[in-house]
Amino acid sequence: MIVASQLSKRYPGGYEALADVSFEISAGQMVFITGHSGAGKTTLVKLIASIERPTGGSLVVNGQNLSALRRSALPYVRRHFGMVFQDQKLLFDRSALDNVLLPLQIVGFSRREAIRRAQAALDKVGLLSREKANPIALSGGEQQRLAIARAVVNRPTVLIADEPTGNLDSESATQVLEIFAEFHRVGVTVVVATHDQSWVERYHPNVFRLDHGRLV
Amino acid sequence: MQAWFSQHRAALGSALRRLGASPLNTLLSLLVIGIALTLPGFGYVILDNLRDLGQSASGVQQISIFMELEAGKKDVGEIENRLRQAASGKWRFVPREEALKRMQASEGMAEIVASLPRNPLPDAFIVEPTNTDPQALEVLKKELSTWPKVAHVQLDSAWVKRFDAFLKLGKLALTLLAGLFAAGLVAVTFTTIRLQVMAQAAEIEVARMIGATDAFIRRPFYYFGALQGALGGLLAAGLVIGGLYLLAGPVADLAVLYGGSFALRVPAALEIVVLTSAGAILGWLGAQLSVSLSLRKFD
Repeated sequence: MIVASQLSKRYPGGYEALADVSFEISAGQMVFITGHSGAGKTTLVKLIASIERPTGGSLVVNGQNLSALRRSALPYVRRHFGMVFQDQKLLFDRSALDNVLLPLQIVGFSRREAIRRAQAALDKVGLLSREKANPIALSGGEQQRLAIARAVVNRPTVLIADEPTGNLDSESATQVLEIFAEFHRVGVTVVVATHDQSWVERYHPNVFRLDHGRLV
Repeated sequence: MQAWFSQHRAALGSALRRLGASPLNTLLSLLVIGIALTLPGFGYVILDNLRDLGQSASGVQQISIFMELEAGKKDVGEIENRLRQAASGKWRFVPREEALKRMQASEGMAEIVASLPRNPLPDAFIVEPTNTDPQALEVLKKELSTWPKVAHVQLDSAWVKRFDAFLKLGKLALTLLAGLFAAGLVAVTFTTIRLQVMAQAAEIEVARMIGATDAFIRRPFYYFGALQGALGGLLAAGLVIGGLYLLAGPVADLAVLYGGSFALRVPAALEIVVLTSAGAILGWLGAQLSVSLSLRKFD
């Protein structure tokens, strides 16, 4: 369902973050993108989520070539993905529930239905009792789980996470991992960028290893 | 359709929340917008009232037709006939004898009239035209002066012309003033929205990355600009009505001193709606400009 061929990304200024990357991810797979920091993991994840656009090669998701899409079509493509950002990007001016409501408001759910779904998502990550809390009052692990709830509330076909355990203690990291494994078990395609090798032995995912912008 | 409706409702709700979130800022912005709209609004109402006054006063507009001194009964009859056919308004004939008698009746004139060897006054007609439009009066005057045995046609239109010119000048000044203040209103909205976009930067960034369209991001700001403008317009309407209320007493007193009665006309519902809509449209325009510029940096 995700096919990359000779994908490359060069940033203004000439820095080449990805070069000639080709791979295929089929529906329902669990994929880990590993590599040293600066290897291009975040860039690759952002390209897949269509947040950034490639400067070369092609990236086809569900039969749609993302590099050929018009700018105005991008928002609709992005809605297929649930994205957990490295820095989470939670909004601290509103409650946990309102954070999870955002993707549903973007799609245009009625408020009642949106709240029902958001609460279900919060329940899935074990945060239903904290729905009224401001994210600032949540622990690191809880914030990460809140970010996951926001990513999955729209029932995306692909769940993408960038270093989701980066700043977590091992117990919280395991909790977060278990949530991803759970989504994988129910058929969601899961793509996780991480430098943490210990996951690999535990969940036996497909592993893409990046080294200086190239797949090895 | 339902998604569209709920998205608009959410945008309106978020705009209202933002207005309510900082009441002092909102109040100050509304005051600036309200005052900016009050001045042209007030000017419009005053000009409108002056025009009413001009129209009611020009009801006594008269044209005097003076016949030549040697004109006889036949010539007078001819003019009577023509006036009847032209049907351009009420008219009456003033024979030269009557004119002399009236002159004699005026204080201090009797002696002068008595010293005259003969009646120097001509026969005259006084016409009160139905159409008091200054241009129509001019045309009528020209036509009347071509009639036979008519020595002079006098139209007391100088003040009508002056008044008309004054109104035109007033309208022009008002248009300029309205243009300036409209630009001011757009600028005020522009700045308010720009600050808001900066304050909402985190939300805009996240929303974009998880699939928000440009329209979704812009909508609450448009609603905010339009709402703020509309409320400012309502405030302006209130200020105009309040100002007129304060003026009503003195104006009535003044009218009595001039031996008339005149009541200021307050803005009708339609004019309040127009003022409010003007505020809303200008606010929306300011928001549109501001959002377009401010959102560039998110691309």
